Amino acid sequence: MKGTLTVLNIKVLGAGCANCKRLEAETRAALDGAGIPYDLVKVTEYADIMAYGVMSTPALVINEKVVSSGRIPARSQIVKLANETESA
Amino acid sequence: MASQTHLQPTVPGTRRDFVWVALAAVVWLIAFNSLQAVADFITYRLLGLEPSNPLGSALNFFIYDVPKILLLLSGMVFLITLLRTFITPEQTRRWLGGKREGVGNLLAAGVGIVTPFCSCSAVPLFIGFVEAGLPLGVTFSYLVAAPLINEVALVMLFGMFGWQVAGLYLLSGMTIAILAGILIGRFGMERYIEPFVYQIKVGNKGQRVEDRMTWHERFEQAVVSTREIVGKVWLYVVLGIAIGAAIHGFVPDDFLAEALGKDSFWAVPAAVLMGVPLYSNAAGVIPVVSVLLDKGVALGTVLAFMMAVVGLSLPEIIILRRVMKPRLIAIFVGVVATGIILTGYLFNIIL
Repeated sequence: MKGTLTVLNIKVLGAGCANCKRLEAETRAALDGAGIPYDLVKVTEYADIMAYGVMSTPALVINEKVVSSGRIPARSQIVKLANETESA
Repeated sequence: MASQTHLQPTVPGTRRDFVWVALAAVVWLIAFNSLQAVADFITYRLLGLEPSNPLGSALNFFIYDVPKILLLLSGMVFLITLLRTFITPEQTRRWLGGKREGVGNLLAAGVGIVTPFCSCSAVPLFIGFVEAGLPLGVTFSYLVAAPLINEVALVMLFGMFGWQVAGLYLLSGMTIAILAGILIGRFGMERYIEPFVYQIKVGNKGQRVEDRMTWHERFEQAVVSTREIVGKVWLYVVLGIAIGAAIHGFVPDDFLAEALGKDSFWAVPAAVLMGVPLYSNAAGVIPVVSVLLDKGVALGTVLAFMMAVVGLSLPEIIILRRVMKPRLIAIFVGVVATGIILTGYLFNIIL
């Protein structure tokens, strides 16, 4: 991280099924499209996933906050969620 | 590079959303009610085919059924996915906590119908339920009901055979889920769960900020999910109906009645055996199956086949293997398959 630039810390929780891959792709596309800098990590171990209290995958975690689970949000929603978390 | 520019508060145009949904509903109804007229016009007037001509009858069936099922599917899936934005497994876990056997099984099966279920979610869900101290039997009622009572299958049955058959499917699916859960609960299978399940702690790292979806977001989510689900099955629907139409037009009525009718006792188990490996083709299988029914295959056999297709699947079994020992998996599959077979026989006898 350099200076004032805020880089969002994104985690995609999911064991690696098709939906998890789609969530990752959608998130990247949404944030790239909005020009929001981010760092994305995939969390695939069940113990780590469960630590977030998430029972339905795929889940999206932004700056250590679970913002969605069990669904793939629309891109506009991902951007909105990112902005909300960022300003919090 | 201020990210502040993205910070415009999005005003949820809730009223506009409701107007759009209402408009879509009206268009949907008009389209749905003019299907037969359009199909007749195209086949008999435009193409000049006779209704008695097998090609004409097959084509008419196809042109009528494809849009009908796709319309039904989109409409119902939209409603179901909208409903789903109100229900999360985390909530479910709280609802089911502390319920007794019986009541718990009933609730779990009920919740299993409406919650989204994808086989990759089965493991976190299972761990979450077990960790919350839910009885194993209640957890299994959920695990059985969630895939067995499939929304696409339900809509297709409703569209092709009417509400009675759809209702039968729903009711027998519930019954199987409840009884299978109670039975597995009685077996005391806890030691056949992989030990790591008990070591995982469900945390609350990253407090959830998700629960406040606006109507705008719910509609948006429902549209996205509907597009996704319908997008995934439409090809199977069209293929299934095409095969169905061909049989409808060209195979004589009682062709299959003798081999697969009521009196053939091996038809039900054979249907279940054939159904288990056929995963994810539920939408495409049902139209074919509907024509089989048309041609004299017994209803119980047909339902058993369909339930085996949606309720027991290889991918799900492989994923559940992560948390269950083979013994428990075998019992799970055995109990559900037996339930399906018994349901098949029951309907063949009483109907």
